[in-house]
Amino acid sequence: MVDRSSPPTRPPLSAASLTLRLTGIAVVVAALAGAFAYVNGTLDSQRLTPKALINVLEKNNGVHPGFRRNHAKGVCVIGHFESTAEARSYSSAQVFGEAQTPVVGRLALPPGNPYAPDSAVPIRSMALRFTQANGQQWRTGMNSMPVFPVGTPEAFYQLQQAQSPDPATGKPNPAAAPAFFGAHPESAPFLAWIKTAKPSASYATETYNSVNAFYLVNAAGQRQAVRWNMVPVAQDAAGATAPEGSDFLEKDLIQRLSAGPLRWQLMITLANPEDPVNDASKAWPSGRKVLNAGTLVLERTQPQLNGECRDINYDPLVLPSGIEGSDDPLLVARSAGYANSYLRRTSEVSQLPAAKQEAQQ
Amino acid sequence: MSAQPNHFAPLARLLHWLMALMIIAMLFIGAGMVASVSERHEWLIHLHKPLGVAILLLVIVRLFVRFSTQQPPLPADLPSWQALAAKASHVLLYVLMLVLPLLGWAMMSAAGDPVMISNSFQLPSILPANAQVFAFLRKAHGYLAYLLFLTVLLHLAAALFHGWVRRDDVLDSMLRGKDRG
Repeated sequence: MVDRSSPPTRPPLSAASLTLRLTGIAVVVAALAGAFAYVNGTLDSQRLTPKALINVLEKNNGVHPGFRRNHAKGVCVIGHFESTAEARSYSSAQVFGEAQTPVVGRLALPPGNPYAPDSAVPIRSMALRFTQANGQQWRTGMNSMPVFPVGTPEAFYQLQQAQSPDPATGKPNPAAAPAFFGAHPESAPFLAWIKTAKPSASYATETYNSVNAFYLVNAAGQRQAVRWNMVPVAQDAAGATAPEGSDFLEKDLIQRLSAGPLRWQLMITLANPEDPVNDASKAWPSGRKVLNAGTLVLERTQPQLNGECRDINYDPLVLPSGIEGSDDPLLVARSAGYANSYLRRTSEVSQLPAAKQEAQQ
Repeated sequence: MSAQPNHFAPLARLLHWLMALMIIAMLFIGAGMVASVSERHEWLIHLHKPLGVAILLLVIVRLFVRFSTQQPPLPADLPSWQALAAKASHVLLYVLMLVLPLLGWAMMSAAGDPVMISNSFQLPSILPANAQVFAFLRKAHGYLAYLLFLTVLLHLAAALFHGWVRRDDVLDSMLRGKDRG
């Protein structure tokens, strides 16, 4: 390589000038690196991060490699959705326009322990992935409770902390949860519900609620705030309570499906303008217009250890064109937290019990 | 053959500075979004994906420009280890600029996620869904992004060293189009 010309004479720098110039370079580089360390959270220890959210769940439930960090015990379900015409004028999403859309779902228990007994909590959850013909997807994670205990991710984190085992006793401080609820009056509707809620004997008899609000957006761009519920078509005799044993839900589901598909109606509640769209701890008053958007038909189950639902992250913000997230802060926190949990568990697939058994054979 | 230029071609300089801004913004957006549960997470993701597509398209244009224009030579009195470091770091910068957007696209595909760049614009999947492949690609995306940030810092420090300490033509060749007086 040839130099272009003889370099202009560069008088050597004095020691002071050289030091100043090198310091200048160091300052520029350090400023950029420092800004980066602030943005990635290293220098901002007060910030609630997805990592902290999932860490507290692991602290409370133990680490179960390969499993979801929350709602860890469940079963995959396969079926489809049959739309009615009712939601079409509110949303341009293809799922409401096509006669049928395939669904891969998951019915689960909320705790983060995959070996929790089915009677551990009175809540069940339903997660669904609708795959539209145009390739877009609608993923939703619903719960059988009507409202969420808190309205913000910070409060959710504090609630988890209140349930964390005390290092001294290995058990949660019994005063912590009551103290939390005392300081969080927004949890009153949830507490009133859970007082009378009993663990159900079946996944099939539960109503599953979106809890968070979303927007339906039609072809003209009009936005309507909504929440939705999956309401079971066939109800058992009222008051069916959980049988003895810890694993009855999956057996019950398989038994029911052997007799034929199970159906739920997708009921979409339209918010009035005054209804809170950004607070999942508050129910909307009754009397709202409700659309019957179609029927969910579940046909068969698959084990969660190797079924199709295992590798699906039911991120509630994976939405097709025609459905949008609201400014409910829990929605984004769920999306961010699920992504963190998904990376942890997909890194551990080979540690799942099924994978271990296969490796031994 | 024409004489060696004293500066980069105008289009190369435009692409350099445009992409410098985009890539630094992209690195901050990526680091911020995975460390946030607030509404920032969502709007940063909505910036991250289209910006990634734009960087991927621009880096392809840039590689064409790189190979179809003449680069100014390094100063003849540059120690050989510095010349080697300059060449190696530029190869690394190009490789990472190209690979990081492709990794982002591939990891979304491997997660089985629809690759939605906006509310309605969808790219095809480039890999079948596979959880273990996803985990590998997602980690590679993160670690290589940190490597790119470190390489950018090194590149910046070296450019300032040329401009402020060595006082040669290297920094000038990317800043201005005309010869030094």
